[in-house]
Amino acid sequence: MTRNRLAIAAAAALLVSAAVPAILAVPARADDQDFGLIERGRYVATAADCVACHSVPGGKPYAGGTALQTPFGTLVAPNITPDRETGIGNWTEEDLRSTLREGIGRGGKRLYPAMPYPAYTRMTDDDIHALWSYLRTLPPVSNAVEANQLPFPFNIRLLMAGWNLLNFEPSSFKPDPQKSGEWNRGAYLVQALGHCGTCHTPKSALGADDNDRALQGANLQAWYAPSITADKRQGIGNWSVDQLTAYLKTGANHQSLASGPMAEEIQNSSSKMTDADLKAIATYLLDQTPSAGKAPGPLAADDARMRTGGAVYTDTCMACHGGDGKGQTFLFPTLAGSGLVQADDPATLIRLVLDGSRAVATDDRPTGPAMPPLGWRLTDADVAAVVTYIRNSWSNAAPPVSAGDVAKVRKTLAQAN
Amino acid sequence: MARKLPRKDVVVIGLGWTGSIIANELCDEGLDVVALERGPWRDTATDFNIGYAPDELRYNVRQELMLRPAQETVTARNNADQTALPMRHFGSFHPGNGVGGAGVHWAGITWRFSPADFRLRSHYTERYGAQSIPEDMTIQDWGLTYEDMEPYYDRFEYLAGVSGKAGNLNGQMQEGGNPFEGARQREYPNPPMMQTYGPTLFAETAAKMGYKPFPIPSSLLSRTYTNPLGVTMGQCTFCGFCTNYGCANYSKASAQTTVLPVLMRKSNFELRTLCEVLKVNLDSSGKKATGVTYIDTSGNEYEQPADLVILCAFMLDNVRLMLLSGIGTPYDHRAGTGTLGRNFCYQMANQVVGFFDPAKYNFNNFIGGGATGMAIDEFNNDNFDHGPLGFLGGGSTRCAPIGAEPISRRPTPPGSPTWGSGWKKAVRDSYLSNLSVGCEASSYANRGNFLDLDPTYTDRLGRPLMRITFDFPENDLKMSDYVTRKVAEIVRAMGAQQIDENPRTGHWSVVPYQSTHVVGGTAMGMDPSTSVVNPYLQSWDVPNVFTVGANVFPQNSGYNPTGTVGALAFRAADAIRSRYLKSPGPLVHA
Repeated sequence: MTRNRLAIAAAAALLVSAAVPAILAVPARADDQDFGLIERGRYVATAADCVACHSVPGGKPYAGGTALQTPFGTLVAPNITPDRETGIGNWTEEDLRSTLREGIGRGGKRLYPAMPYPAYTRMTDDDIHALWSYLRTLPPVSNAVEANQLPFPFNIRLLMAGWNLLNFEPSSFKPDPQKSGEWNRGAYLVQALGHCGTCHTPKSALGADDNDRALQGANLQAWYAPSITADKRQGIGNWSVDQLTAYLKTGANHQSLASGPMAEEIQNSSSKMTDADLKAIATYLLDQTPSAGKAPGPLAADDARMRTGGAVYTDTCMACHGGDGKGQTFLFPTLAGSGLVQADDPATLIRLVLDGSRAVATDDRPTGPAMPPLGWRLTDADVAAVVTYIRNSWSNAAPPVSAGDVAKVRKTLAQAN
Repeated sequence: MARKLPRKDVVVIGLGWTGSIIANELCDEGLDVVALERGPWRDTATDFNIGYAPDELRYNVRQELMLRPAQETVTARNNADQTALPMRHFGSFHPGNGVGGAGVHWAGITWRFSPADFRLRSHYTERYGAQSIPEDMTIQDWGLTYEDMEPYYDRFEYLAGVSGKAGNLNGQMQEGGNPFEGARQREYPNPPMMQTYGPTLFAETAAKMGYKPFPIPSSLLSRTYTNPLGVTMGQCTFCGFCTNYGCANYSKASAQTTVLPVLMRKSNFELRTLCEVLKVNLDSSGKKATGVTYIDTSGNEYEQPADLVILCAFMLDNVRLMLLSGIGTPYDHRAGTGTLGRNFCYQMANQVVGFFDPAKYNFNNFIGGGATGMAIDEFNNDNFDHGPLGFLGGGSTRCAPIGAEPISRRPTPPGSPTWGSGWKKAVRDSYLSNLSVGCEASSYANRGNFLDLDPTYTDRLGRPLMRITFDFPENDLKMSDYVTRKVAEIVRAMGAQQIDENPRTGHWSVVPYQSTHVVGGTAMGMDPSTSVVNPYLQSWDVPNVFTVGANVFPQNSGYNPTGTVGALAFRAADAIRSRYLKSPGPLVHA
């Protein structure tokens, strides 16, 4: 009953007509003439951002090859085109289903959760069916990928049986009947397809999602993915549904510009999603209100770190971000009141100063301005001071950053480059 | 042997202001466009990093953004009786190089030429009689009117986000704008820049003297702005590093900050950098271009076939490529025949520096920008009666504090010691209390000033260098003397204790920087016997070749050229889109 209602809501959002209920009745064998189903599968693949991991920049889409650096070693996303030798050409739909729902691929091969099956496990059967139908239509690409490049003992896939036992349980999406259809659509997109928590939810020591702190920000691949809850200080609680929708659609809003991994997400995925779905995501996220932690008081303006940081800011940052930290809309992000700026973990802020970053360019907001790298001219102490200053000015408040924190990020970046 | 590449609809040579505007317009038409750029890719955050963008040694003294003379230079002489020698360091003007071209390192002053400019010979003939124009002065009409240009000026100004105040809206004069400008259809897209003390004092004094001061139209932006292509630019911070520098703040309009973000996303556009075009290839009839031949940095040669070839390089390179490719008839100054290379002009840069009482005046010249400031136009073009004066032309007078670069800008009052402690004291005393007012003035064509291929010197590939034969005509020197004296009157009235008047005098020299406003050589016009391209910038001789740049100016106005160059690019693109593509062939039948 619930699933049907959801399927109908999804179908309406996607402008797919009465074909959907009919499809539910047909056997699992994909009908490669069913244009509506294939289109819907393409949309599922877009919303799930499969292409981000399963392609290399400039390479053939879905032919595999992006190396993921995990705390346990390197994993490479495999080729998911229907090539029989190197892709998934000899898979069945059931193989795909168990991969997504249970983390167990063809022949009982256990996946590592770098493939976000802990999120995809909540995918609906009809979305999986549509995705399967779409993937079958891709041109087969012969590209052998060595997916498992982990060191011993992590390269033993059977270990994942134990990991799953501790950290994972196949489940399904459970709508909240107290909430609107839009809220529940958003919840499904965030929890299942969009797998937002893969980046934004803190991880346990074993690399599993810490669901008690869902979406409250996490550090991975030398980026801190900030809180995307309605927390007003560290999250995006000051944004309206429209402002968050604009961010997801165009990569920019009144306050912020997406860069780093979020730029890729917007480029591949959310900029191509329907406005209704983005609004649903925003509605859901802005209803996530974690119990606010104790906000630190801002550092005193006459603190030595603040004085040094203020001087560095005036010299280097103020021309773009302004004396008031407000920046310039669609060009230079607002620092005053920013969740990312005030996040407990300053990793992203530090790396932006050291290494710079280019904002995403979309059809709606094509500018793609960039923060220039400044690590070559600022010492660790300078960076620590200016970041501390930014985190504690214009009503911002966040713990100070030390030169050691900066040195750590600098080292990580040097290794990654 | 050149490797032949797959055909493209359009090849654009040079990706600066004009190349990017035209390429973007033609991509919107669905054409497959490739741009070949001699220099490297340049982008704001990577190439104009705010941490080093204002580095005077790197960008002004060592000219990092400019063409390297070892790659290509010109030879120069003052008259045809001399032997030209190569410029081994660019002094008088600075040809840009790389994506964005000279539009990366421009100042940002963005004028429209005056209605009289476009029919200059007719205008002077009507007002003063044909005898007022000296026999050797080869000024001519452009083959179009200001009204023809107005919509394209409008498009360029909205693309670049020009900050200014209209003086004439649809014929209605506007308080605070330039009363001499032609009618414009709407206000500037952004309000004028804020003014510092120097320009404020200049404007107050000029107004008391009966002049009508107005803010300089600036492509450094007064506020955050999103242009019609959806590209966002930032507000200028008055850092004072514009001319010869790239802008770190996305505040100065350039191809990078206005067009390229959109153009580079288009799947029917391709850019090849570090590729130098050797020549435009013609078929056996010599009346149709088949494409271009270019060379990469490894010395590999490629032939790029195309239906349409558009020369959008720096003006000297456009003229040289046409000479090297045999498009048009080279000008012979003795016989007065041919048109290609004819009417090469420059600009008369005149300046008055006032030295004020340091105890009373602090202009803080560190706060500046290439296009901030106030201007008057009473001594420009034919805005004043030339009848009794014995010369034609004039210039735009402006107080524009461009910044106070510490290496190159150390003005001292006349009579100061030139070295030692006395010089240091003079620099210190006058650094904050000096103020410069300039008059960027017209340069009128003369029979003896022209461009051709040098008979002796070649580039590294054996191609003849461009030869400049140029000197300041007597008319322009008289004009400079007159306007400089007028400017000095204002500076004196502002309260300067001492005045250093610098009208352009004597012979043109390649050494001191003057401006990069070299123009002409492929004049546009309605008469093929005096022009190289028609008013749509299409070659009279090879109709599938267009050239867009200041090389099509028949002479130079008393205004900076970029606004007109940008408008001409939009106009040529419009003619190609709306007329040429429907029926490829000459757009004007002479």
